[in-house]
Amino acid sequence: MREGADAAHGGGRWYQTYVVVWVWLLAFTVIEVGAVALRLERALLVTLLLALSLMKAALIVAYFMHLRYERLNLIYLVLTPLILILVLFGGVIPDALNAFHLRPRP
Amino acid sequence: MAGEQERMTVSAWGGGESPFAVPWPKLMMWLFLLSDALTFAALLSGYAAMRLTAGGWPRQADFFNINFVVGPMTFILICSSATMAVAVGAARRGDRALVARFLGLTILGGLMFLGMQAFEWTSFIREGARLTGWVGNADGGPLPPMFPATFFVITGFHGGHVTSGVIYLIIKAIQATRGRFSAEMVEVAGLYWHFVDLVWVFIFTLLYLL
Repeated sequence: MREGADAAHGGGRWYQTYVVVWVWLLAFTVIEVGAVALRLERALLVTLLLALSLMKAALIVAYFMHLRYERLNLIYLVLTPLILILVLFGGVIPDALNAFHLRPRP
Repeated sequence: MAGEQERMTVSAWGGGESPFAVPWPKLMMWLFLLSDALTFAALLSGYAAMRLTAGGWPRQADFFNINFVVGPMTFILICSSATMAVAVGAARRGDRALVARFLGLTILGGLMFLGMQAFEWTSFIREGARLTGWVGNADGGPLPPMFPATFFVITGFHGGHVTSGVIYLIIKAIQATRGRFSAEMVEVAGLYWHFVDLVWVFIFTLLYLL
C-alpha cells in the first residue's frame, strides 16, 4: 500500500474512513431490507437491490481492501477478470430463459 | 510527458522491480480471491439459471426470518469487516494490543454469524428442506427442489469460507499476541475476511431478498 491511504484521511483520526464506510454499508443494508418490506414493483426492486449491492461491494473493495490506494497495475489486475462474470451470466441466462420453449408441452 | 510515462512503464516491467508494488503474499491473496470470486459467480449464475427454469419460486420470507435473523447476520458480518479494517490499520501503526483486541472482535462476529447460520439451517431442515429436495411436504403443492439445493450449496460454501476465515484469524491473533507479527500478514488476512463479507453482500441480496 502506498502512503496515500493515510493522507486520504485528511485531518481526522486514522480510522475515520473505516467508520464512514461502515455506516454507509449499514445504511445500504437497511435500505435494501426496507425496499423489500415496502413491496416495490418487481423490476424496480431488482434494479435497486442490484445497484445497492454493487455499491456496497465497491465500498468494501475500495476502502476496506484498500484497492483505491494501490498502484493502477494492481487495480486493473483485479478488476478486468471480473468481466468474465458478465460473460458467465450472459452465457447462462439466455439459455435458462429458453428452457421453457424446449420442454415438451403437457 | 509521454516519454516520461513510457520510461516509467518500461522500467516497472523490465525486471528487478515489483510492477504491482505490493509484497508477494498480498499479490497471491488477491489472485486467490479473484479465482474464488469466479467460483462464487459460477454458483450464483447456476442459481439464477435454476431459478429461472424452475417456473415458480417460493417466497423466501416464508422460510427465513429476514428481519430478525438474516438481517442481523448481515449487520454482524459488516461490523466484523469494519473491525477487521481497524485491526489492519492498527497493525500498520504497530499497536499490537489494539490489533489483538480488534481481531478478537472480528472472530467474535464471525462466530456469531456462523451460529445464526446454523440456526437458520436447522429451522430450514426442520421444515423439510434437504439438499436434493423436500421431505414431508404435505400442503401447498410441490415446491421446486432447486430452492433448498441452491440454498444449501451456496450458503454452505460461503459458511465454509467464514469457518476457515475464523480459524485463519484465530491463528493470526495468537501469532500477534506471541510476537510473530507483521502488519503485512494482518493485512493479507484482512483481504480474505473482507472478501467473505463482499460475497455475502451478493448472497444476501440474491438468495434472501430478491
